[in-house]
Amino acid sequence: MTERQTGSAMSDISEDPIDGEGWVDGNEAAGILQEIFTMDITSARGRCAGCGLVGPMAELRVYDRAPGLVARCPGCENVLFTVIRAPDRVFLSVGGMTYLEMALPEVAAPGFTGA
Amino acid sequence: MARAAVHRRLTWQPATVAQVNDETATARTLLLEVPGWPGHVAGQHVDVRLTAEDGYSTQRSYSIASAPEVDRLELTVQRVPDGEVSPYLCDIARPGDQVEVRGPVGGYFTWQPESVEPVLLVAGGSGIAPLMSMVRGRAGANSRVPFRLVYSSRTPEDVIYARELSRRVRDDRGLDVAFAYTRSAPPGWPRPPGRLDAPLLTEVGWPADFAPAVFVCGPTGFVESTANLLVSQGHEAQRIKTERFGPTGG
Repeated sequence: MTERQTGSAMSDISEDPIDGEGWVDGNEAAGILQEIFTMDITSARGRCAGCGLVGPMAELRVYDRAPGLVARCPGCENVLFTVIRAPDRVFLSVGGMTYLEMALPEVAAPGFTGA
Repeated sequence: MARAAVHRRLTWQPATVAQVNDETATARTLLLEVPGWPGHVAGQHVDVRLTAEDGYSTQRSYSIASAPEVDRLELTVQRVPDGEVSPYLCDIARPGDQVEVRGPVGGYFTWQPESVEPVLLVAGGSGIAPLMSMVRGRAGANSRVPFRLVYSSRTPEDVIYARELSRRVRDDRGLDVAFAYTRSAPPGWPRPPGRLDAPLLTEVGWPADFAPAVFVCGPTGFVESTANLLVSQGHEAQRIKTERFGPTGG
């Protein structure tokens, strides 16, 4: 989200794709969320019900190597939402967020290019 | 050129591997032909789904590396040992193979050619892919927005798009590229191999006063550390957009 702590361990820097702690960020969830909402959700801003942090969904910690997808707050690790996809339906739980703010484009367009 | 924007439910579409190109010993670019693909915004992703003959299917999200184009896109995939999708895409996929794609998706980590502020791109390893789409899209749109790319790589041999980048530095006016090598540098390189640090970012990035749009993409630790360095240099956190690879990639 928007708050960053400075001075984290320099030893973290690496180009090794195999690091981190088992999570990816909210950009990874763009596809499944766009399938549900038919608009981009990664740039939507949400507020954590646990610690009150507000920030874009792209900055969430997403745990996706499981039957469902779990998104946690980068500030306090509170579970913000979960998505479980079945062949013909989806279960979306958003109990960990107090709100989600989305800009409404004039034309919602997954494939818009300005070129 | 873009097709007219259409509101549509996102669904899986068939894609055909049209070409494969080895970039480095562990990274490969795949050109996918996708009839009806609407083009994308530089920085966006596509989800790729593979289905085995027994019906087992698995998917991963990849950044699009090519400039926005209709009906086709390029992915650059880094092989992840024990991954479920990348070994197929890197080692087995051949022209003519079919996969499924869903996208383009994502609107946060994107650069629009209409934007006017200077841009700082910071790549760690194969995190270069979406940033390359921005570099290519900038040239394609004849944008004159100043771009600076800082590309951290283990060794010169691991640099993806090395030849294209050196050509673009010569031909794309307003594009600067700086490399940072973490394990081994070319002979005579002015800086010993080491992590991307504050002095180097200060030297090759933009001053925070210029209020650049910043895009950082790479492994999680790289992104966190780089974003923290930038914030400590005075860049506003809200101007720093980040994208992290997965821990196990795929």
